[in-house]
Amino acid sequence: MPELTYREAVRDALAEAMQKDESVFIMGEDIAEMGGSMGVTQGLLQEFGPTRVRNTPISEAAIVGAGIGAAMQGMRPIVEIMYEDFLTLAMEQLVNQAAKHRTMSGGQLKVPLTIRTQGGAGWSPGAQHAQQLESWFVHVPGLKVVFASTPEDVRGLLWSSIYDDNPVVFFEHRTLYPIKGDVPEQLAPIPLGTARIHREGEDVTVVATGRLVHEALTAAEEAEREGISVEVVDPRTLLPLDAETIVGSVRKTTRCVTAHEAVTRGGFGAELAAVIQHGAFDWLDAPIERVGARFGPLPFAPPMEQWVVPHAEDVLEAIKRTVARG
Amino acid sequence: MTAVEEKAGPGDKRVSERILRGFFREMLLIRRFEEKVEERFRAGELPGFLHVAIGQEAIATGVCAALARDDVIASTHRAHGHAIAKGTPIDRIMAELYGKREGCSGGFGGSMHLYDVEVGNLGANAVVGGGLPGIVGAALAFQMKGETRVAVAFFGDGATNTGAFHESLNLAQLWKVPAIFVLENNGWAESTPAAQQLPLPPEELGRRAAAYGMKLIEADGQDVEAVYLAALAARDHALAGKGPVLLHVRTHRLTGHYVGDPQVYRNRDALKEERRTKDPVRLLGGRLEITDEEFAAIDAEVNAEVEAAVAFAKAGTDRAPEDALMFVYA
Repeated sequence: MPELTYREAVRDALAEAMQKDESVFIMGEDIAEMGGSMGVTQGLLQEFGPTRVRNTPISEAAIVGAGIGAAMQGMRPIVEIMYEDFLTLAMEQLVNQAAKHRTMSGGQLKVPLTIRTQGGAGWSPGAQHAQQLESWFVHVPGLKVVFASTPEDVRGLLWSSIYDDNPVVFFEHRTLYPIKGDVPEQLAPIPLGTARIHREGEDVTVVATGRLVHEALTAAEEAEREGISVEVVDPRTLLPLDAETIVGSVRKTTRCVTAHEAVTRGGFGAELAAVIQHGAFDWLDAPIERVGARFGPLPFAPPMEQWVVPHAEDVLEAIKRTVARG
Repeated sequence: MTAVEEKAGPGDKRVSERILRGFFREMLLIRRFEEKVEERFRAGELPGFLHVAIGQEAIATGVCAALARDDVIASTHRAHGHAIAKGTPIDRIMAELYGKREGCSGGFGGSMHLYDVEVGNLGANAVVGGGLPGIVGAALAFQMKGETRVAVAFFGDGATNTGAFHESLNLAQLWKVPAIFVLENNGWAESTPAAQQLPLPPEELGRRAAAYGMKLIEADGQDVEAVYLAALAARDHALAGKGPVLLHVRTHRLTGHYVGDPQVYRNRDALKEERRTKDPVRLLGGRLEITDEEFAAIDAEVNAEVEAAVAFAKAGTDRAPEDALMFVYA
């Protein structure tokens, strides 16, 4: 099995889709010569040329809207929004247009558009370059929402998103770009709506997304040393959600912690908690614990930033709280 | 409308009387459709709320006549005229207003979301300015695929104050995509007059094109021939690879913003005068010297079509409540 970084895995999926299919093209700010602010699209301009690797003005509403229009005319555009904070500038197009054309047209139109974006704290960018806004989009019927945490997943899920006939908001996490992982020799599409059980366990299920998958795995190892067996599940797609796998895991372990980097209040963990309590109410031995960022704009200075966002120790403490309930 | 095949050549300012008579009939059809819609709404038969295009018929007719069937449009909340002119049969539009399965959006859209992809109507948009970015993308797709098609966005003067307008014109001009931005400037943003919402005199709103280096073409929106010729020129420009066009047409909204709008903000005498002097249907009828007898005959035909559309709509199939979610995902 070859090993790729998360960054290379994204690039690999983009390049392979563009090789296979003339209708696939990418556009976004600084993605051509510069190769994207995260270096994800490096080399694609040289391989595919400026018509299919399009630098854009700083103009998120128009970029997303142009993606919608091109998608409605038979293309499969991939739009890169440099930071997910900047999705706010394209919310009208995403929420009112991309998500609704199919229903409003009575099924005449489809919008096979992928919006790639990234975010995440841990490098002191301050309050406007590191938010985790994925839960906003889970609230919008007509969108699909993906958040990949490993090289293998990001490659297979991005492929499936590109070839999905619906608008997909595809979240990457900045701090995961350098991580390495084994990937299948041939690109293996991962169906949207399938969770991954990263680690099996008996006592507590941690349902984690993005960076917190890795924090949860660290916490699980520590818990193991203390005699607590932890199962770690990554939903991978938040919409549609693989409720069956998640609820099934909690029915087995009887305890659950949700974990994401986004602020806890109104975060995706709230939706997970609701789905899990409904599906596993009679099995639960403790209240579902939620781990997320503290409820404030992200401060700049590293000690404050680190205090606001959750880490493995926060997940471990939450695990222990669920176990302490007996 | 077969006007495209018979279009006047460049520099030829004459449009045949036969074509103009066709325009007259279509504009009268839009007018009678809108009047019927007002009547049926007041009778309590139509859910939701409605915006009619009385006074702006010449723009829908003149622009859409200049387009090919596979050119695409995005419309606005004031959508009925555009949909009719782009070629959707009025019985399907009326059925949509009644919320029926036979409607042009299957009962999912309503007055502000009329779609008919087969004739190139990519949908009417209820968010002011919301349709423009998508038209840039549709035009980009035509450019990338080497197709000889244009994408057209209709919007009002109010929309020129939105970020979506500026971002769309900027990107369209940067990439020289074959798009036409049709600015239907009626001088009102709902109830707010030009003086309170436009920093330029309304007649100078076309100057906004210069900010993007975009080609500006202007026409009197009450004169269907002028609109048609301007739209033909705009289409030629866009298809020649010279980039998009801002097609600025001054017009008059001879009704309220929505059906039932008491228009407390509007000077009664001025409106009366506008109705007398700026009615595009009446202006064209006078120019074509349509006699009372001729008019009565055309009007009877058009009214019969509209009545038949109402009958078609009323006889349509109601949606089952649980149909509601059938098109959330493809």
